[in-house]
Amino acid sequence: MAYQFAEEKVFCSGHHACPGCNAALAIRYIVNTLGKDTVAVVPPSCIAIISGPQPLSSMRIPVYQTTLEASAASAAGIKRALKARGKDHVNVVAMAGDGGTYDIGFQALSSAAERNEDIIYICLDNEGYMNTGAQKSSSTPFMAYTTSTPSGKPTVKKNIAEIMAAHRIPYTATATTGYLDDLVRKVQRAKEMKGMRFIVVLIPCLDGWGVADHEGAKISRLAVQTGIFPLYEVEDGRKYTLNHGPQGIPVEAYLRRQKRYRHLTGEQIDEIQRMVDSDWEYLRTKFDS
Amino acid sequence: MLLNGNHAAAYGVKLARPKVVPVYPITPQTPILEKISEFQARGEMEVDIMTMESEHSAMAACITASLAGVRVFTATASQGLMLMHEMLHYASGAQAPIVMCNVNRTIGSPWGFWPDQTDSLAQRDTGWIQYYCENPQESLDTVLQAFRVAEKVLLPAMVIHEAFYVSHALEVVEVPDREVADRYLPPFDPPHRLDPEIGESWGNVVNQDMFYRHRKTLGRSMDQALEAAIEADSLWQELTGRGYGVIEEYRCRDAELLIVTMGCMAGTAREAVDQLREAGVPVGLLKVKLFRPFPVDQVRRALKGVPGVVVLDRNFAPGTGGFLHQELKAALYGLEGGPAVHGCLAGVGGTNVSPTKIAALAREAMGGKPSVFPVWKG
Repeated sequence: MAYQFAEEKVFCSGHHACPGCNAALAIRYIVNTLGKDTVAVVPPSCIAIISGPQPLSSMRIPVYQTTLEASAASAAGIKRALKARGKDHVNVVAMAGDGGTYDIGFQALSSAAERNEDIIYICLDNEGYMNTGAQKSSSTPFMAYTTSTPSGKPTVKKNIAEIMAAHRIPYTATATTGYLDDLVRKVQRAKEMKGMRFIVVLIPCLDGWGVADHEGAKISRLAVQTGIFPLYEVEDGRKYTLNHGPQGIPVEAYLRRQKRYRHLTGEQIDEIQRMVDSDWEYLRTKFDS
Repeated sequence: MLLNGNHAAAYGVKLARPKVVPVYPITPQTPILEKISEFQARGEMEVDIMTMESEHSAMAACITASLAGVRVFTATASQGLMLMHEMLHYASGAQAPIVMCNVNRTIGSPWGFWPDQTDSLAQRDTGWIQYYCENPQESLDTVLQAFRVAEKVLLPAMVIHEAFYVSHALEVVEVPDREVADRYLPPFDPPHRLDPEIGESWGNVVNQDMFYRHRKTLGRSMDQALEAAIEADSLWQELTGRGYGVIEEYRCRDAELLIVTMGCMAGTAREAVDQLREAGVPVGLLKVKLFRPFPVDQVRRALKGVPGVVVLDRNFAPGTGGFLHQELKAALYGLEGGPAVHGCLAGVGGTNVSPTKIAALAREAMGGKPSVFPVWKG
């Protein structure tokens, strides 16, 4: 499939991402859709590696690197100051990993959502601390191997989209790199809105998940088609719209292509299937209303 | 006006016209936040107050708002300052000229609310300018001086006073006219800022050589802060008639012993000096107002030829003792004809230190030899 997007050339080649990196792919379409009137905030993460190092930058916009806990607060500070300077039209986007969003950055994120800060917060979610060598985060799925959960994570992935929607912010969405048109549309939509906007983008991490270099997008699509990561958007925490849902493909097709799941028994795969089915049954009721 | 230290500081903030104030409540700082909110609600201040969920986020937002080119203020105390610690380094690293009031309060555990300077002194190496204030008037005046200095050398600055003794005690305070403040504090117009029209970035990874250069630049700014503080104080004196110096020497002529201290203990020590002088005992007071950068030359000049000093520390660093005691000894190293230095941990945890007690400590020091470590004196 070939995509044609109207891109502003903000993201440059020559950055330090791994070959085939889906995070770099997502960043390209995020910042190129937001355009040059944007300031980005990144915490320590692969995103920081991809955007740096000083004095070089892979992005033709100001990028501020903050601490791991503070992305949402830092982005909010920039937006308030720009507004005070009469530059309210400038987009301020935070791009953080799942560690910096679900875990250590969550307090600042929840508070920014409660204050309805006029920022776009994008979580590039690769389901673990991949920049430090693949440790468990609260986004790591049930039974996935990481170096800090070598027998598989015993608890389920935190549902960040539902948590953010529960803040009743103007816009919450899920997206992934296998559906770039959907990602670009959601970023464009977020750009046109005001207030707190949150998009969680599932990013298959080739190294951290044990996926072949060319398979990132395929894995991403399977995550959606198996029902593990449905693509949807929520307005004001109430109006749910489904964009891409499960297509009846068993989760095994997704799990078996990743080294982080290779220890799974048949019973464990069945258990994951039941959990995914149950989650989908719960979520789909929200689209009906 | 009759104002407590916190409200006096808030009046100083109002005159400084910050555009963004990210803040989080904590006793005994909260009246500063409340007063600024009241000014805003009454339409007396055009300011965006960000009600953060923690001091860590408050400082994170201060840094970026400052880097995006507006004047920024916040206030905290005790545990709040402890939570900010990481971001204090981040602020000075980014050379963001934020001004923050810290109300000195004991650090847990155990829980307490009492005047004790350990919270801010434990941040002495974070790259912040630090001013210690004796009374509400000084806090108000110092807020404006701190903005002038911070924005000149591009470093953050802390204006510090102690819990309750200063923060909640009412005194007569003269609030300067708006025109005076505007003449004193030029609009904030930093050379670098986060703005798509400029396109500059900050904070991303650097190599060793670049890090080394950034640290040297930070050090140079701190060195320049001393001259800037002296200039800021003399200009303030010219405009308002009130100046404090980076140190203050009180009745030091022909003194055989100087009491050295910071913050509101200086007010008590002043009375002790008067009592002793009246009794014919040649004692003076050296008040250290600017603690970072430490005014080494000024302190050495003040203490050259003085036989003895007694340092009163309302703070405690386990393993070394009082912060000012350590700093003073380091500053005096190698000074020919330097004084014998006595150290007293006095008022730690907010215990009461009366003028009579200080006079007794001074007499005791005059009669004895100093020990290497400070001694507990209640």
